[in-house]
Amino acid sequence: MATAIGIAQPVDWDVPEQTGLWKDAWIRFRRNRLAVAGLVVVIILVVMAFGARLPGTPGGLWKILHLAGDPFTQDVTNTYALPSLQHPMGTDILGRDLMARVFYGASISLTIGIVVQFLILFIGGSIGMAAGYFGGWIDNLLMRFTDIMFAFPDLLLVLVFVAAFGPSFWSIFIALGLVYWTNLARLVRGQVLSIKEKEYVEAAIMTGTSPLKLIWKHLVPNSLGPVIVTLTFGIPAAIFTEAALSFLGIGIRPPEPSWGVMIEDGYAGIFADPLQVIFPAIAVAFTMLSFTFIGDGLRDALDPRMKR
Amino acid sequence: MAVTAGAPLRRGVLPFIAWRPKGRTATLAVYIVRRLLWMIPVLFFVIVITFFLMHQAPGGPWDREGRQLSPAVVNNLNIKYGLDKPEWQQFLLYVWGAAHFDFGDSLQSPGQHVSTLLLESWPYTFTLGAATFLLLVPIGVGLGVIAALRQNSWADYTALGMATVFASTPNFVVGILLIIVFAIGLNKLTGGNFYLPTGGLPEPYNPFQVQLLMPVFTLGALPTAYIARLTRASTLETLRQDFVRTAWAKGLKGRLVVTRHVLKNSLIPVVTALGPTFAFLITGSFIVETLFSIPGIGRSFVTSIESRDYTMILGTTLLFAVLIALVNLVVDVLYVFIDPRVRLSD
Repeated sequence: MATAIGIAQPVDWDVPEQTGLWKDAWIRFRRNRLAVAGLVVVIILVVMAFGARLPGTPGGLWKILHLAGDPFTQDVTNTYALPSLQHPMGTDILGRDLMARVFYGASISLTIGIVVQFLILFIGGSIGMAAGYFGGWIDNLLMRFTDIMFAFPDLLLVLVFVAAFGPSFWSIFIALGLVYWTNLARLVRGQVLSIKEKEYVEAAIMTGTSPLKLIWKHLVPNSLGPVIVTLTFGIPAAIFTEAALSFLGIGIRPPEPSWGVMIEDGYAGIFADPLQVIFPAIAVAFTMLSFTFIGDGLRDALDPRMKR
Repeated sequence: MAVTAGAPLRRGVLPFIAWRPKGRTATLAVYIVRRLLWMIPVLFFVIVITFFLMHQAPGGPWDREGRQLSPAVVNNLNIKYGLDKPEWQQFLLYVWGAAHFDFGDSLQSPGQHVSTLLLESWPYTFTLGAATFLLLVPIGVGLGVIAALRQNSWADYTALGMATVFASTPNFVVGILLIIVFAIGLNKLTGGNFYLPTGGLPEPYNPFQVQLLMPVFTLGALPTAYIARLTRASTLETLRQDFVRTAWAKGLKGRLVVTRHVLKNSLIPVVTALGPTFAFLITGSFIVETLFSIPGIGRSFVTSIESRDYTMILGTTLLFAVLIALVNLVVDVLYVFIDPRVRLSD
């Protein structure tokens, strides 16, 4: 890369490579084995989840391919079955195929974990951006509001929100968005404040760039890295909260097999059959771990100044 | 979950605060008073948000599974607890009461004050939280420092690996796995002679009891891992500093370099993390107390949400908000003493 001044270096004309930020980041990301492993696990989970919810396939693709049973069909003659070829993870208290339910649960956890980040990006991003860009009383007002939201323990506020909206997928989704935006708002505000001081922004203002173009061309791309990292770390947090809510009996309601619901069910029968609770519990932990690895990898990849 | 350091109340907003003190102690005193005053609007908005969200929730405190109460009874109950009044009146009455430390009667435990009920469950939550906190800080810091001092050794990799896994394993998963191994597994293995109890009322204010083993581990695993990771990172960074090299170079003993120069600086970020850790212990108590049937505040909060016990929900939320704000204040004040570079802004 860098050539020492004064020393003749053989010039390799074939590689005039000008790697952009993203390509560079990808190269660095690939070097982190744990992050790549996390990405692979997440891709497998996405495939599992997608198959379980594929439209036009009653009971999911996996049932049609005879890889798993039906997540909803009960079989009271075959409850608490041990793992077998027919039911690779056994069956639950109502004789439903556990593996099919774990796959189905993946779709709920992943959807909530990932899609909520867009809501957080929207709420936190706009509040932080407005506070940092306009400054003055707008900044003061928005940041004091953020402080107040910060005064709540997060899970407590989510519980209250979900109770207020009634237990459903969408209420958890909205509640998570309304609670977890504060970190991002602070991050974005800080980013905007520091970028505002940079010379290139000054230059852009001098040349008469419109505010919208300024935001879009300078503020957004330059604060994107840390934002992406924060959002990635937000995914396991959201997955955890959904599972915790459902486990406490306040989130997604049965028969919808979210991992939290399965853990709650399995925990009720833990002395009868400990296996039941292990599979969804491991699934939650594994998914969260994978996203954390990806987040670690992204953090190192997107911040070239930081050395591990 | 911090109310940020800094000056929520600008000079000029409240003229009597505009008085500028002289000297470090006076600055600190004014800072503390300001932060305490700032808690009042925060708590007010905590009440606003919680109150209106709760009343928004479908269903009410008188809904029962199975046989419903007759409309006449519901009507009388509403009158008794003032739920027949318009919402804004109820709200003002509640704020008025809360300002006088009267948090009303619980809707689900007739005749019991919210404060009495909270005081009853407080010892359990406190014992659990305090035992966890007293263990997690030394263990977390110790693991982090050892890992950093022996960077890239097997001790480092073990500590870091464990910390990474525990830092992203949800507490209910940890708890369930513990129950399966140490309660069910041990029970089967030893023929019922020796196993850890999954429930059982822990004795208040006694951190040394077998009932607390699994709950404390469950509650503490994640924050310990978090503190360990943080300590390792900041210690590694401090070890690279010039003054540490100087300390080595002038022939200081290893132990002294670590305690006098490295730790003093590397623990500063760890102190900041204690605020969020405390908030985490509170939300963790919801799950751990449910998991291990401990009759503490966390569990009673979850039940009061389910049963729409408005006054209990509000009372608990306020208690937690006050606790978190106070802990954050203590952390911020500690920070000034630990790190002389920090100046209290005004």
